[in-house]
Amino acid sequence: MINRLVIKVKFNSMKKNSFFIILIFLPTFLFSQEILKGMIMDKNNPKDNLGVFGANVFWLNTSVGATTDEKGWFQIPYKKNFNKLVVSYVGYKTDTLNITDLEPIHHFITPENELDEISVKSKKRATQRSFVQTKNVFTVNSDELLKAACCNLAESFETNPSIDVNFSDALTGTRQIQMLGLKSPYLLITQENIPSIRGAAQVYGLTFTPGTWVESIQITKGAGSVINGYESISGQINAELVKPLTDKRFFLNAYGSMGGRLELNTHYNHQISEKWQTGVYIHGDYRGEKFDRNKDGFLDNPLTNQINVMNRWQYLDAEKGWVSFINIRFMDDSKQTGALNFNPNQDGGQTNIWGGEIDTKRFESSLKLGYVFPELPFQSFGFQFAYSNHEQDSYFGLKTYDIQHQSMYSNLLFNSIIGDTRNKFTTGLNFTYDAYNEFVNLINFSRNENSFGGFFEYAYDNLENFSLTAGIRVDTHNLLGTFLTPRLHLRFVPWEKGVLRASIGQGRKSANIFAENQQLFASSRQIDVQSSGGKIYGLDPEVAWNYGVSYLQGFNLFNKKGDISLDFYRTHFQNQVVVDWENAQRISFYNLEGDSYANSFQTEINYFINDYLNLRLAYKYYDIQTDYTSGKLSKPLTPNHRFFANISYETKQLRLNNQWKFDATFNLIGEQRLPNTSMNPVQYQLGEYSNSYSLLNFQVTKVFSKKFEFYIGGENLTNLKQKNPILAADDPFGDNFDTTIIYAPIFGRMFYSGLRFKID
Amino acid sequence: MKKSILIVCLLLVGFSSAAQKKKKNSKVTIEVDGVCMMCKKRIEKAALNTKGVKFASWDLKTHQLSLILDENKTGTKIIQQNILAVGHDTNGIKAKDHAYNSNPACCKYRDKNVVESHKN
Repeated sequence: MINRLVIKVKFNSMKKNSFFIILIFLPTFLFSQEILKGMIMDKNNPKDNLGVFGANVFWLNTSVGATTDEKGWFQIPYKKNFNKLVVSYVGYKTDTLNITDLEPIHHFITPENELDEISVKSKKRATQRSFVQTKNVFTVNSDELLKAACCNLAESFETNPSIDVNFSDALTGTRQIQMLGLKSPYLLITQENIPSIRGAAQVYGLTFTPGTWVESIQITKGAGSVINGYESISGQINAELVKPLTDKRFFLNAYGSMGGRLELNTHYNHQISEKWQTGVYIHGDYRGEKFDRNKDGFLDNPLTNQINVMNRWQYLDAEKGWVSFINIRFMDDSKQTGALNFNPNQDGGQTNIWGGEIDTKRFESSLKLGYVFPELPFQSFGFQFAYSNHEQDSYFGLKTYDIQHQSMYSNLLFNSIIGDTRNKFTTGLNFTYDAYNEFVNLINFSRNENSFGGFFEYAYDNLENFSLTAGIRVDTHNLLGTFLTPRLHLRFVPWEKGVLRASIGQGRKSANIFAENQQLFASSRQIDVQSSGGKIYGLDPEVAWNYGVSYLQGFNLFNKKGDISLDFYRTHFQNQVVVDWENAQRISFYNLEGDSYANSFQTEINYFINDYLNLRLAYKYYDIQTDYTSGKLSKPLTPNHRFFANISYETKQLRLNNQWKFDATFNLIGEQRLPNTSMNPVQYQLGEYSNSYSLLNFQVTKVFSKKFEFYIGGENLTNLKQKNPILAADDPFGDNFDTTIIYAPIFGRMFYSGLRFKID
Repeated sequence: MKKSILIVCLLLVGFSSAAQKKKKNSKVTIEVDGVCMMCKKRIEKAALNTKGVKFASWDLKTHQLSLILDENKTGTKIIQQNILAVGHDTNGIKAKDHAYNSNPACCKYRDKNVVESHKN
């Protein structure tokens, strides 16, 4: 304490006196050597492990130095005449820090290529397909997310060929995603590894996560990990949100489109203390203008109003090994849809003008706690807890749908090794509880679900050419029973830059038939649930096996890097709750009798033509067949063929990061089988197949400085529109009204622009 | 007199060996020469192939190999032997030429030109 005081005296005193002071206090230094402690970090490191291992620190013009340990910490002898500390690490900018006291320092180093003067030599790619992970994982980071400027998680996949984005109906503007030919209920969508888009939030949930909140997305094809539960069938999507520690101190994004949509996103991050950081994220979204470009008398897009607020707290004590996140979030969303002149106050519940409203309120909170044993970097504990309350009140014409879903999730994990770090394992327990209060046209379908489970996942890596992850879990669920869920992933490197992967796994879920197929309410279809005495709506749980192989090969062509991948996956249902749209007057739900499978083949080429120009091409083929009561049919509204191309170009970064970025995406969507409408009157009949069509999106970003950028773009530039998205729009209370047969965009060409402002 | 000194000495030896209880998770850092990511893989693998080594991480820049090992099962010397056997010099001990030569050209860390070429 005294010594620290002395040093402060030294720096406060004039230089003339400093020599004198050194002489006086020299003996104290001889008797107690002082140590400066600090941590060197890199923002690009994985979130729980920001420390840089092996960075060099030394006092300027001396030979006194130290290197950082695995967690990024260093200790260096300190003398009072040392005041400039140099931090260097290969590939990173060398920094010189002014040290005035012995307070532990935390310093972020920046990669060299972020320097203004140095031209970009090797850039971190916007999307990365992993060569080293055992699972078939594709990471989409923030650069790629910016390519589709708008607006929420559902729209973040526009530049990604592995995920299909479809409109769910002609009214709500909701986009649903699908992977391997199966819709989002068959995917496990997690937010920072906590299952989030599920239950009542299944259809609209993705639109409730603003795009600017998303830091990166990890897409796992095929059976996922057992750690997050048994629900994933065709894959897993995890969204990592921005973190108070690494996000910009202040961020503002404003967006406006000619479709009448306005959005505002604000992030504010603040350091409370050395270990605590907090962030407040606010999203507002408004669409008040009415459009009816196809002249069917109905709004092309709903009128919307959303406010979404999140507060995050991040605790990091790297020295002791503790990491924690606390999240609180509240969202309020309202949508109005239907006829152009519909006035909810006057016409709601009446049969003169057709319209509907969807009001959703969601509260969400979560706690994450992680502990890494300071002496054993390979051993850690984790605990996750989440609670959410989702309330949706809605009506569509005369039909009402109200659902409240309260959900609790907890997961306790332990990671360690067997022998050495080539054999790792994760084991743990989790508990979930879901309470549904559901009313369909005032009929009560409420139920409670709870499950308790334990899992063990073993991962082996020979550090050369082979790795595997094998997991198993046992769960006891009050409605699904007690069951085992096995999952296996293999990775083999046959030769340089080639990676062969295989996976097999089982998944199961209870089908939330109404929440997952809400578009049915905006039609005159009669609901027909063919009960078999099962426990969920009288139906049985859905059980499926998914297996697949994938091959990835990196190459060098004309001295430029690229990669090509081939994926084949098959999902085979043992039981499925079949959603049958084949009778135009009805929607039927029944247990599968017979066969149901989804085969998907995808090939993708990424080629970096030069440092500034990237090309991505993909082709996808789906074969999805189900035994309906009317016979075996391919899945409706799903193209067999799809071709995708994305080209992005950036100009060289000038001073202050000044540059232009261009991005164009082309989609060719093959013909799609339409649900059978042959029983309808002739004027309300559709063909057997839709026509194939193509879509083109384009975006230009001008980066003025590190602080400010501006973008402008266009969606659906070829102005493609589905001709009659609403069947019987002229008679919405009649027998043939149907808004569910959507195979192409409704709105046509749309331009938008926006700006981003950020302060580090 | 002499006897009592001997007894005291023996007692001290006894104490000191008791004091040096073997640690199950002992952290050790040794220097290993190498030049590229291929070397890193080889070094870490050689270390992990030693029974009792739980964790091994070699740093390209500092040439430090950080280890966590079970002192009941292994010691630094044994690990060093295994690293020398795959052709990497450690703590001033040179690996045998045939071990060194068996590594690919890019890993010839004793050659100044090779070291230079990795600096870019």
